[in-house]
Amino acid sequence: MNAAVAIEKLSKSFGSTRALDGLDLEVKVGEIHGLLGPNGAGKTTVIRVLLGLLRADSGAARLLGGDPWRDAQRLHRRLAYVPGEVILWPNLSGGEVIDLLGRLRGGLDKKRRADLLERFELDPTKKARAYSKGNRQKVALVAALSSDVELLLLDEPTAGLDPLMDAVFRECLVELRGQGRTALLSSHILSEVEALADRVTIIRDGRTVEVGSLAEMRHLARLTISADLAVAPGGLTSMPGVHDLRVSGAHVDLMVDPGSLDQVLIALTSAGVISLTSQPPSLEELFLRHYGADGAAPRAEQPARS
Amino acid sequence: MSALAGTAALVRLALRRDRVVLPAFIVILVVMVAASASATVKLYPDEASRVKIAAAVNSVTSTLAMYGPIHDETSSGALATFKMGIMGAVAVAVLALFLVVRHTRAEEETGRLELLGATVVGRQAPLTAALLVAGGASFVAGAGTALGLIAVGMPPAGSVLMGLGYGCLGVAFAAVAGVTAQLVKSARTAAGLAGGVLGVCYLLRAVGDASAGSGLGRLSWLSPVGWWQQTRPYAGDRWWVLALLLGLAVALAALAYVLAARRDFAAGLLADRPGPATAAAGLRGPLALAWRLQRGSFFAWAAVFVVIGLVIGGLAANAGSFLTSPQAQDLITRLGGAKGLRDAFLAVELGFSGVFAAVFGVQAAMRLCAEESALRAEPLLATAVGRVRWAWSHLTIALLGSALLLALVGVGAGLVSALQVGDSGRLGVIVVAALVQIPAAWVIIGIVVAVFGLAPRLIVLGWVALVGFVLLGELGALFDLSQTVMDISPFAHVPRMPGGDFAAAPMVWLTVIAAGLIAIGLAGFRRRDVG
Repeated sequence: MNAAVAIEKLSKSFGSTRALDGLDLEVKVGEIHGLLGPNGAGKTTVIRVLLGLLRADSGAARLLGGDPWRDAQRLHRRLAYVPGEVILWPNLSGGEVIDLLGRLRGGLDKKRRADLLERFELDPTKKARAYSKGNRQKVALVAALSSDVELLLLDEPTAGLDPLMDAVFRECLVELRGQGRTALLSSHILSEVEALADRVTIIRDGRTVEVGSLAEMRHLARLTISADLAVAPGGLTSMPGVHDLRVSGAHVDLMVDPGSLDQVLIALTSAGVISLTSQPPSLEELFLRHYGADGAAPRAEQPARS
Repeated sequence: MSALAGTAALVRLALRRDRVVLPAFIVILVVMVAASASATVKLYPDEASRVKIAAAVNSVTSTLAMYGPIHDETSSGALATFKMGIMGAVAVAVLALFLVVRHTRAEEETGRLELLGATVVGRQAPLTAALLVAGGASFVAGAGTALGLIAVGMPPAGSVLMGLGYGCLGVAFAAVAGVTAQLVKSARTAAGLAGGVLGVCYLLRAVGDASAGSGLGRLSWLSPVGWWQQTRPYAGDRWWVLALLLGLAVALAALAYVLAARRDFAAGLLADRPGPATAAAGLRGPLALAWRLQRGSFFAWAAVFVVIGLVIGGLAANAGSFLTSPQAQDLITRLGGAKGLRDAFLAVELGFSGVFAAVFGVQAAMRLCAEESALRAEPLLATAVGRVRWAWSHLTIALLGSALLLALVGVGAGLVSALQVGDSGRLGVIVVAALVQIPAAWVIIGIVVAVFGLAPRLIVLGWVALVGFVLLGELGALFDLSQTVMDISPFAHVPRMPGGDFAAAPMVWLTVIAAGLIAIGLAGFRRRDVG
């Protein structure tokens, strides 16, 4: 078994709302897997199905080799969870919450707990009602990260953290990966996923629209090319796979589909290349391709694949 | 910016949020009061029968403690409203105090008020809006009650006084809640404190009314609930007493404003002390957490039950001591002499203790729903804690807590009673009489668990069931309902002890039904989605 999470054609409706609509997701053991999607895409629903809190309508879900609904208790010993919205018991201190959750999970590493409290600069003696949103998030993170578990389910775990703490979180996660642990990281923060995830699943409206390593996705995505040429180029306008072409004298800006790159380069070199820069797409661009600029429907020429 | 800016908008928001519950509550209240008054008059159509029953009411300690005296034995209105009149007054007070906490401290605790506070909303606007809504609701309930009573043929003056009394009492308890909402950070505690004040006021009135004639009789005048009673609708119509209630309301509201102006947003008057950096060794399971969350509330309830036990034990000795009228003497004989009167009084009061224990059980069991909808169940259920084990945590507090409360009231009443009568055997008898209430309270808890497991959105049905059963017992006979209907209430099957015979069969049946309801609820909870 080398899949920590294996989900196939998972569907879940709440009344007339289809939260998950045939979603696929595979998280390999030892990887940090990014689950990307805009608000309402179904990220939290997937995680709650994996936790056995929700029962899927159809489809198959396996978690650490078990059934997330039937084997929930047994599986929960081997995972830790950070909810997207951390609500704590107002009259318990942060330290009490960390210990309680750790014990309920089957124990936590005291040394690691102390280390994390220091790194996250969290005061464990404060009552939960006195914590800010970011500090509540830290309580949940310390509780999860100081547990000795195989799998971390993290639902937008850095919401409310300042950039400094965000960096601490990233360090911690990379350390855990170094120890062979697995993490499923849901997020709509692209830079976070870009920095951490080995592979990414992009979902939208409860469906998987893109899976792969960022390297693989870049392969699918358009490059941005900017070149100064000796003479004005010819033939680019009608070339298939070229988009957003702008020619001003001998300067060219364009975007090109990966499959057409060769032909474009031939055309450019035949006009005499003086300088050329090319940029891989950022995750933002990948994202925009699938969701449109405002998270609305995808562009017509890029139908979502499911 | 004026301190009151935005009050009107907040009032509209509150009315929008409560647009279903508030009118429904008021309509049910008005219908209950008017219908029971109408039914009572039909039951006792002529003055002779009214005087006879009123004299009997006035001579039984348990009814005096529970409802207060009928101040004019010839008045049809006073008789017609002696039960539902005060129950309605208490309901209005409860409504008012809940409304105020709901629209002040609860909004602050959840952070929603912060969202509003950042708009053009003055510092004192939330408190003002809550007091206006609660006061308005109280007077609307009062006006409705007055109209309802007039419509069923009650004298207009007394009816209007009754309605104004409701409004004034409601405003007074709205102001009480306005103060408690400034004192503590938790809405639950604020409502509990205000409810506790109401409970103490009721108890003072109960002791005072049940000890009329002795020095303790003056206790009624220490209680706003007693003041309400002293307006004496249909029995002298003392309008001036309303001024006491209004004066109290103004004084407390002023205090609330002063306190609100002195404290920070979301803060109480007491700063939070730091907690422990690590959890105590005992905090290692869901039950330990549930106890940690509920122990404060339980200790408060326990204190109340001890006091109730001591008070009813003490009042039991009074039972029948001031009965001089021939009707009352007749009653004493029929009930088996002074001991019979004492037993009857204790049986009635312990029955009410059973209802109160069920109230504790219902709110303790409803923690399951509250924790789930506050997303605090989720992190626990994401650990190795199974759903059923988590559900049993708060359920255990509800079941054992309600049983323990009844034991406390039994021991309290039993000790006092045993000392007064000089018979140590009374202690055991009265403790048993308290404990027989347990299965009925458990059935109500079972209903809460069943609703929680099957349809958590309808959790309020738990309260509906409890109130419905109490009303069945209180008013069923008045409306001439058949015994089959009255038997729906689990409280109808509790042996009337002391005095009556112990019957094991209903105990067993009620326990089995409670267990079945809990099993259904847990099975439902295992199958449904969480959150």
